[in-house]
Amino acid sequence: MELSRKLEILADAAKYDASCASSGAARKDSRGSGGVGSTGGAGICHSYTPDGRCVSLLKVLLTNNCIYDCHYCINRRSSNVQRARFTPEEVVRITIDFYKRNFIEGLFLSSGIIRSADHTMEMVIDVARKLREEHHFRGYIHLKTIPEASPALIEMAGRYADRISINIELPTEQSIATLAPEKNLARTQDAMAHIRTKIDERFAEKTQPGAPRPPPFATGQSTQMIVGADDSTDSVILQRADTLYTGYKLRRVYYSGFSPIPEPSSLLPIKPPPLVREHRLYQADWLLRFYNFKVDEITTAAAPNLDLALDPKLSWALRNRAWFPVDVNRASREELLRIPGLGVRNVERILNARRFTRLRLADLVLLRLSMKKIMPFIITADHTPTLLDLDGDSLRQRFLPPPRQMELNFDNPQPTVADVKSTLSGEI
Amino acid sequence: MRTILIEPTFEAWRDAARSLVAAGVEPDSILWSDDASESSLFAGECTRPDHAAAPRVSAAFLDMARSASAHCDPRRWALLYQLLWRHTHGGVKHLLQRTTDPDVRLAQQWCKAVGRDIHKMHAFVRFRLIDTDAQTGREQFVAWFEPEHRIVRLASPFFVKRFHSMDWSILTPSECVHWDGERLRFTPGLPENTATEEDSLNDLWRTYYRSIFNPARLKVNAMQSEMPKKYWKNLPEAPLIPELISQSRQRVRTMLEADERPVKPAPQNAYLDSLRRLNEEQSGDSESNPA
Repeated sequence: MELSRKLEILADAAKYDASCASSGAARKDSRGSGGVGSTGGAGICHSYTPDGRCVSLLKVLLTNNCIYDCHYCINRRSSNVQRARFTPEEVVRITIDFYKRNFIEGLFLSSGIIRSADHTMEMVIDVARKLREEHHFRGYIHLKTIPEASPALIEMAGRYADRISINIELPTEQSIATLAPEKNLARTQDAMAHIRTKIDERFAEKTQPGAPRPPPFATGQSTQMIVGADDSTDSVILQRADTLYTGYKLRRVYYSGFSPIPEPSSLLPIKPPPLVREHRLYQADWLLRFYNFKVDEITTAAAPNLDLALDPKLSWALRNRAWFPVDVNRASREELLRIPGLGVRNVERILNARRFTRLRLADLVLLRLSMKKIMPFIITADHTPTLLDLDGDSLRQRFLPPPRQMELNFDNPQPTVADVKSTLSGEI
Repeated sequence: MRTILIEPTFEAWRDAARSLVAAGVEPDSILWSDDASESSLFAGECTRPDHAAAPRVSAAFLDMARSASAHCDPRRWALLYQLLWRHTHGGVKHLLQRTTDPDVRLAQQWCKAVGRDIHKMHAFVRFRLIDTDAQTGREQFVAWFEPEHRIVRLASPFFVKRFHSMDWSILTPSECVHWDGERLRFTPGLPENTATEEDSLNDLWRTYYRSIFNPARLKVNAMQSEMPKKYWKNLPEAPLIPELISQSRQRVRTMLEADERPVKPAPQNAYLDSLRRLNEEQSGDSESNPA
């Protein structure tokens, strides 16, 4: 099979993995190496496809042959998709050729399971080893690992990779048992705990004064959860994410709205979830990680799913109006972070600016805040919202997107441009 | 009123500003210009004050000024001098932390625009292999890029670290930069792209781009907010965008209309058998020990 045909099949097979980060790696570069590559800054997105996703890493499978039968996956053994397999040398060559042209930040390598977890893991590691040791590649490497692979192999993967990840796939054991019968929640979390211990150990060694420099090890792990393939609520999904962040110190949990695949399984819903659900989950995820929100504030027993029409911080504010108005000239950082429309960076700007001046609405306009969104919730030197503003029934109405003619569209409702921006920047 | 003519670089502004501040020249009495062609109007008045005791400013201020200097707004030299003056003569402390001060805000917005431009240059430069040096064996690459601001010098160190073992040139309208493995050289900008030939790898790259796109999640706005159209003409993959968009609906319809695939029985495989036993044991555990 021609190389370009293989690339077509094995990139197509890898595209359902949402993870693309190339940030957070240890600082290293090509000076004195004879090779190419550097990591350590912010990640770089070298291109974007019309699905709005960035192209940062060469994301491919080593092979899409697989003995597992995960129903949401195009590569499961029951699928009739055409199969292909790269040699390690082929992946190495494409990675380096693409890298030298500044197409990519590095390689994200995953694989279908062939023969056994250990056998598959060994092949994946072999590619990373060749890149690092034979070609002195200093770019980003993200390796997907398999929970059942032996700990020694996972450690070896961590030696060559900047990031390793294991996909949790679904938020509950029951859903995993139904849709990914070969996988298991407890084993996956055990493997994550093992990786976390290794990352922590290596970090401790590195920061030990005077100690010799330890061999490199991945600096973070991430995972992915598929949304809308089972009937889990957003509350269940966010609880699982919260467990992974707090208990396993994951860098990122990616939410991947289940999207139709060319080889549909009879166990899956035909209709994909609206794309905006995935957006709301990412926004809620930011609230958990950077805004000190708790899962049971973002979703409630009465409303276990996120409001698709409004962002989760605004929804929370509308449910908790007694909290407001907040005086931007006096409130603590934690209180400022709760104001809808005020993101982490602008909270910092406000904290700085108010040391020198009493803030007025014009100051906030200068920070390019959405005044329409923020004004009902804040007090400034020259503004106090009327009680009617906060208590009126019309407040929620005011924020709802204008009614639009229904389009014959397979993925409506679409997230708005503002949603997209807030999800990318994390400023909510 | 005096006209200060400088090269359009941070260093030139810094040298001039140092002397002017030391000489106590107020911001309102200076016209800044970095356009040599315009300057003939004022040539007679042009003065470059001598060096005197240099004012002290924080490293953060210098970083800000260096970055804002790369912005193409013609007001930048005057605004930076105004900020410097307020700091040294106006007695305004913690100037940069006054984030709602209009001057500070404008300078910070310039810095942000420059930072974004640098980031986009790091992202969207596309090297093309043109030759291999017969003597050194080093591969030689060239790229054409059109930044919005004068960022070539600020953006270059990144490429040195990343592509140390290659020879490369990045050509832009404002300035060109060249790396030979030992040092960076800067040459004047070129009016247009003369390096228009395709790299032999571009076809494979386009194959990848086409295959990694998921037609079931079309979000054209999200793509364009991060990769505005002005960059497209220098991206080898961009010509594919219209057809990917127009074909996506039909591709999804085909997926949704496809017959469901029946589940195939598991193959004979010792490893799968062991997983099945593990799963049974583990589900047995959880039944006896409800969490």
